[in-house]
Amino acid sequence: MKIGVVTFPGSLDDVDAQRAVRIGGNEAVALWHGDEDLHGVDAIVLPGGFSYGDYLRCGAISRFSPVMTSLVEAAGKGMPVLGICNGFQVLCESHLLPGALIRNDHRKFVCRDQRLRIENASTAWTSAYEAGQEITVVLKNGEGAYVADEATLDRLEGEGQVVARYLGNPNGSQRDIAGVANAAGNVVGLMPHPEHAVEDLTGPGTDGLGFFTSLVERAFA
Amino acid sequence: MARVVVDVMPKPEILDPQGKAVAGALPRLGFTGFGEVRQGKRFELEVAEVTDEVLAQVHEAAEKLLSNPVIENFTVRVEDQA
Repeated sequence: MKIGVVTFPGSLDDVDAQRAVRIGGNEAVALWHGDEDLHGVDAIVLPGGFSYGDYLRCGAISRFSPVMTSLVEAAGKGMPVLGICNGFQVLCESHLLPGALIRNDHRKFVCRDQRLRIENASTAWTSAYEAGQEITVVLKNGEGAYVADEATLDRLEGEGQVVARYLGNPNGSQRDIAGVANAAGNVVGLMPHPEHAVEDLTGPGTDGLGFFTSLVERAFA
Repeated sequence: MARVVVDVMPKPEILDPQGKAVAGALPRLGFTGFGEVRQGKRFELEVAEVTDEVLAQVHEAAEKLLSNPVIENFTVRVEDQA
């Protein structure tokens, strides 16, 4: 499958995400924030970083870039979209995902290996995992605390839209939420970085690879 | 020219780590009379004249871009002409 990886001004992890896409058995296509053409991709990854310098709010300016107009439309029609870290923030600002991400409750930037539990293994991006499976990937964020009102949190839990939970909450996220999906399950946002855990040479292992092989498994399922 | 001010504040139920950091620093400087501190943002928009249409646009911009309604409230006011 062709998976587009968007580069915004200030994206950091776009090249790592492209590499993870290729290691996962897919073709990586570089997409540019200023180009509304999605170049025929089958799915899109919004990578981590500090798009538009995190000015105003993380993801707030990126949301209105030309590529996002096309992305929001495609996501509405079912195209799989994965937002990692800053990409998760962009998806929340775009209202493709509920809730928001605010500054870590302890006010410090966190960079560490993080244990997660996959709660929903039926989304477009997590079908390579088992529900309840525990994985370790890299976590690095300053504004990673997931917040939403109680009714939204209850709905997310009730509908199975909590995709991954922290084991050891690193940033004050409500209900230990590390990642959520939209109701359809094609749009997923995740604060930790699976793309930094796809090779034994670097990172804490290869536990993140499932996010990049799930689409292939689904395609041939 | 006139100026319209949009104040954006984190909702009361949303944790404000920046405000907490400021609240923690104040007593270290001897300012002991303050309780909680909340930190927000102030936007000053210059407009040719203040009309209902302009104010409606400011509200729309505040809701769409200047604030995130999930975590923030905003108020709009016209600044007094100097």
